[in-house]
Amino acid sequence: MTTIDTGAIGAAVPRAEFRTCRFSGLRIEANAEKLIKFNAVTAVLFLALGGLMGLLVALTRWPAVQILPADWFYLVLTGHGANVLLFWIIFFEIAVLYFAGAVVLGSRLAAPKWAWTGFVLMVVGAVMANYAVLRGDSTVMFTSYPPLQASQWFYLSLVLFAVGALIAVFVFFGTLVVAKAEKTYDGSVPLVTFGAITAAIIAVFTLASGAIILVPTWLWSLGLVTNIDSLMYKVVWWGMGHSSQQINVSAHVAIWYAIAAMVVGAKPLSEKVSRMAYFMYILFLQLASAHHILAEPGMSSAWKIVNTSYMMYLAVMGSMIHGLTVPGAIEAAQRRNGFTRGAFEWLTKAPWGNPAFSGMFLSLVMFGFIGGISGVVLGTEQLNVLMHNTIYVPGHFHGTVVAGTTLAFMAATFLLVPLLFQRDIIWPRLAKWQPYVFGLGAAGISLFMMGAGTLGVPRRQWDISLADAVLRFEFPPAAYLMMGLNGISGVLAATGGVMFIVIIVATILAGPRLDRPGAKLAFPLHDKARERVSTYGSEGTLKLPGTIILVTLFFAAFVLYYFVNWKYLSELWLFR
Amino acid sequence: MSETGGGAEDRQSHSPEAEPAPERIPAMQQILDNPFLLLFLGVTIPTVIYLIWGIMEIAGIPVEG
Ligand code: HEM
Ligand SMILES: [Cu+2]
Repeated sequence: MTTIDTGAIGAAVPRAEFRTCRFSGLRIEANAEKLIKFNAVTAVLFLALGGLMGLLVALTRWPAVQILPADWFYLVLTGHGANVLLFWIIFFEIAVLYFAGAVVLGSRLAAPKWAWTGFVLMVVGAVMANYAVLRGDSTVMFTSYPPLQASQWFYLSLVLFAVGALIAVFVFFGTLVVAKAEKTYDGSVPLVTFGAITAAIIAVFTLASGAIILVPTWLWSLGLVTNIDSLMYKVVWWGMGHSSQQINVSAHVAIWYAIAAMVVGAKPLSEKVSRMAYFMYILFLQLASAHHILAEPGMSSAWKIVNTSYMMYLAVMGSMIHGLTVPGAIEAAQRRNGFTRGAFEWLTKAPWGNPAFSGMFLSLVMFGFIGGISGVVLGTEQLNVLMHNTIYVPGHFHGTVVAGTTLAFMAATFLLVPLLFQRDIIWPRLAKWQPYVFGLGAAGISLFMMGAGTLGVPRRQWDISLADAVLRFEFPPAAYLMMGLNGISGVLAATGGVMFIVIIVATILAGPRLDRPGAKLAFPLHDKARERVSTYGSEGTLKLPGTIILVTLFFAAFVLYYFVNWKYLSELWLFR
Repeated sequence: MSETGGGAEDRQSHSPEAEPAPERIPAMQQILDNPFLLLFLGVTIPTVIYLIWGIMEIAGIPVEG
């Protein structure tokens, strides 16, 4: 342990214990540290459970294996969605909020008792949801559309979880107020914290939408409400279901910036531009919830198009700005670090052996190329009909939430565990490989599900041979091939997931201690890690030949793919 | 490598005549610096354009029988 000083400046300020991290220079308050640890570890446990379920789902959809019987398939699929997309991601996001609020700003956490209350509610909710699903009477898939009805425990568990998360979000807002009042920073908050603020704002709308729809649905499951209108449910539910994905995007973009700052010493290219990109998220990203309702006849085209086209493109522009400025900031920093030769020395000499860096960069590239491009295609009203409800849809969102968010969160874990637990990564060699194994698997499941989807394979379907169906239909052999390759990729992704969990758990329990004098990190940080992650300041350069080439490549791929899909669409209806 | 490290270059770029004591903060930055104003915008806009408009359309669908 290094220095411990008390933050008891005046009588009004509650006592808080801080230590200064020897490696990053960050001031870490004891309550914040403990809550970050508990939320992050809980997140990892739910990833383990949900990931196992994902593997079982992928192996069942591999026609030659079909490991689960039909009823178990749908049960496990329901559990998979809830455990990974809700519990893993949101527990981790709470850890990110506390980190970006308390640790980055060098502040104490506001209201730690409330933070614990929120945590306990979330744990109770998450465990109860698993109980409800495993009982077998809540097999309603992730979306739980009425008239499918789950047991009362299912809806109640989600409401408890949402209330807990909402409390945590307000603890974060409270921490901002505390940090400002106690002057732990001056001027504007650092960009990473601004990203976390964006995530927290979207979280408020998300969790409120969830409560608005899940409370009446819970009453319906108890028999106290006679009918839930299914279209009404879908519209309000997606206010939660979609917006929660935008919490993920805001949070993982903040992590990209944070890792770039702490590992290679990157500064944002322009604080103004990056903040405006986040501002676009705040204003517009949640409206894109409507892209889930594009095929519903009850809603007008005006509502659909206003919400998905005009507004969504403004939000997509925000993502493209981050897609330019994150690699740009890395390029600028690496050039400053001395890697100036040619267009790409900054990239080839980047710390590819550091899993925090490689995970972050793979997440950035795959989120853009796989998740981003396919998302814009699916979110276009006219093109949506090509892939609606096919397995292309899970293909797309495994590109965003697995290859993008999950990989970024894993990368952040490799960075944060040594700093918070003061134990070094136990098997650095294995850790070095983890992002590549998991990344390749995640890319595989995304691309092969998308491939199968373009051939018409439906999502959430146990048996594509349709053996006992009244109306027979033969999928082309290529569809079977794609589903097989998806199964193999699922095994690879699960292997990467197991590597991650084993390394992190073993590190926490038995990693080499870092609180001894002379201890060194296996994956060192940049000398100016603290300054770069926690102060306001722009790089202010655009002399970035490598980034410009990469971004041009991205646009070419984007435009090409987008228009190829319009061509497919034109072939759906042949006018002769 | 030499550089000024962190600092407020960006904020001062509007006033090149070095270090004016009462710094005037641009309006946009004041908006971005206020998390609760952002919270208000980020909740109101989707509530009106997505939720309320959407629910009004559903309520306007004629019911049979
Ligand atoms: C080992 C890693 C994973 C594998 C092999 C995997 C595989 C799959 C497969 C094959 C499906 C079913 C597609 C269908 O039949 O409709 C699926 C659904 C889904 N996955 Fe994953 N997945 C993995 C990790 C994740 C992660 C990390 C997340 C979220 C962060 C995630 C979120 C989802 C969601 C939300 C669904 C949809 C559930 C539903 O339709 O109700 N998956 N996954
Ligand atoms: Cu969405």
